[in-house]
Amino acid sequence: MASQLVRFADWTSPVPPVRREVLSALPHPDEGRPPLLFVPGLGHAAWAFREHWLGHAAQRGYAAYAISPRENGSLRAYVHDVVQAAAGLPRQAVLIGHGAGALLVAQALARYPAKAAVLSAPVLGGWSALGTALRTNPRGTLPVLFGGPLKLHRRQLFAADLPEADGYVNRLTRAPLRVYRQVFEAPDPQPPVGSPPTLVVGSPDDRIVTRKALDRAAARFGGAPLLFPGLGHDLMLDANWQEPIDAILDWLEKQLAA
Amino acid sequence: MPDTPDIADRRDAVCVIGAGASGLVTVKNLREQGFAVDCYERETGVGGAWNWRHDRSPVYSSTHLISSRPLTEFPDFPMPDDWPDYPHHSQLLSYLERYADHFGLRDDIWFGTEVVAVTPGGEGRWDVTTRSTGGGEERVQRYAAVVVANGHNWSPKPLGVDTSRFSGRVMLASAYKDPAQLRGRKVLVIGGGNTGCDIAVEAAQQAEKVWHSTRRGYWYTPKFLFGRPADQVNARALRLRLPLRVRQWLYHRTVRLTVGDVTRYGLSEPDHRPYESHPVVNSQLVYHLGHGRITPVCDVARAEGSIVELTDGRRLEPDLVIAATGYLPRFDFLTPDLLDVDEDGRPDLHLHAFARHHPTLAVVGLLQADAGLLPLAHWQSVAVARWLRLRVTDPVHAAAVQQKESSRPLRSWTRLRVVPSSRHWFEVSHTNYLRALEDLLREMEPA
Repeated sequence: MASQLVRFADWTSPVPPVRREVLSALPHPDEGRPPLLFVPGLGHAAWAFREHWLGHAAQRGYAAYAISPRENGSLRAYVHDVVQAAAGLPRQAVLIGHGAGALLVAQALARYPAKAAVLSAPVLGGWSALGTALRTNPRGTLPVLFGGPLKLHRRQLFAADLPEADGYVNRLTRAPLRVYRQVFEAPDPQPPVGSPPTLVVGSPDDRIVTRKALDRAAARFGGAPLLFPGLGHDLMLDANWQEPIDAILDWLEKQLAA
Repeated sequence: MPDTPDIADRRDAVCVIGAGASGLVTVKNLREQGFAVDCYERETGVGGAWNWRHDRSPVYSSTHLISSRPLTEFPDFPMPDDWPDYPHHSQLLSYLERYADHFGLRDDIWFGTEVVAVTPGGEGRWDVTTRSTGGGEERVQRYAAVVVANGHNWSPKPLGVDTSRFSGRVMLASAYKDPAQLRGRKVLVIGGGNTGCDIAVEAAQQAEKVWHSTRRGYWYTPKFLFGRPADQVNARALRLRLPLRVRQWLYHRTVRLTVGDVTRYGLSEPDHRPYESHPVVNSQLVYHLGHGRITPVCDVARAEGSIVELTDGRRLEPDLVIAATGYLPRFDFLTPDLLDVDEDGRPDLHLHAFARHHPTLAVVGLLQADAGLLPLAHWQSVAVARWLRLRVTDPVHAAAVQQKESSRPLRSWTRLRVVPSSRHWFEVSHTNYLRALEDLLREMEPA
């Protein structure tokens, strides 16, 4: 495993700065709870959290932020942006990553001592993620192997007959191809610094992240996944979006009280 | 020491002395290991040396970092990536203040409180005597461990020359704050370190006449090489694991090609190889030498009346002498035996951090390196915190680690050859040092 102390890559070729898009919803009054930073997965951006989760979290008293991936980025640059955004918040933040955003969070945890972390429908990388993707969506995934784009289907993302689903799918963008490769090739993340409590949430009906993958992810962070049957992969956009975010915030309250 | 009733027992809490960069990381990393912490800071704010509001702060208005941002930031709390390669000292202070706020460290810091004495209280515990800097009663509290993070750039080394009969003004570099203090003066800057060179450069732009007195020849590293910060270029060579001799040769070649032969300007040839002393990083000194704005001179012999006489017999008539002769570490609150301080005032600490005979006493930040200090202080404090935790949770494992560490060869983490100077003994190569620390951290991991 690469050294955690001797970081030549960071020292000799720092990630170039960009202007980052960070959307936010702030509570009034702010009672000093830790801020939440939502990290979207591939194809998604901060808007996916602005639809419901940011506002809802703010209503429950949390300053909530969501970051968009930089244009033309790489896995390393995305992780860098997450750490930069987290360190730029006024207080120690809770990192909440969705999909491949959970991989970004898992890697960011080795570089920033988060107050807590939530991995939602996590795609934690490795070739097993590609295997799952191939099984559940062969037509959309196969082209990736030959340098084509990954295509996500609305039925993969949303379980219910969601009226907004087509609109959401149209808003998906294509991450640079190298990012997909980097996700599949991603090594196991280095251990988190500051040992933050970590929660894994997902849906047994997710057609991108299997139940088994959820269990594996939860086991790695020492727990069992919190499951929300009936929802698709995009927990934050699906019809029943309120259930998971409320459960996440309830869990967080318990952790903060402990 | 008898157990007196007025000693407040803080049980498992750890005492941290100083709330500068090293103290702040120590508080944070001790808290991450679950310790209650009391941090004492005699000033009224965080930031230590970097807080220009403090009387003892050595920074002057133009101070910039001499190591670049990626090699200077905390490894788990990066500086904003849109900051310049070499941030200004005020940016570093705001960074430290944000760090303190982000992790809520101020709750554990007692400002305006000075540590007067730290004495063993039996069973590895420590009695810490504190007093408000405004005066008042002394207070003694008992702690499970003490981490000293009081910095080493606040107590100026006295100038070796008697200036009591000199009629001009003599100023310590720590009192130098603003170039306006130099305007129109005839200035003699004594000292070839980073501060001395910075002040000489400022004087070159403000003063009527500038002499720069140095005792030996130095390697002047430019701040940028090949369009990159010089320390990042150095890190590239380190990454390739080139042997020291090869790196010294490369360095020599690079400096020859970029800066050229500095003896042309009247400077002496360096009397040591590159990497054998703390690097002097300054691009502008040579520039001003080449414009005749700075006259290099040798060491000062005596000062009397309006005359300063040099060791080569030359006589100068400056009206302002600035002594940038460096700073020395000081641990007034500890008896020298606790840190195994030798007659030259040098503590003998394992990894420059752990007291050899007191497992619950450590020093953080007592280092100089070819990179920024903050990351080194961070990992030192992580190691100290994990060590203190391990002693509590698994004393058998802790004893094994101590046994193994006592056989760690000195040369694996210290510089073998450094120039004989009162502060180069704590010079380390940051990669060698970090590798030694990582080794220790790995040993302390649960089996």
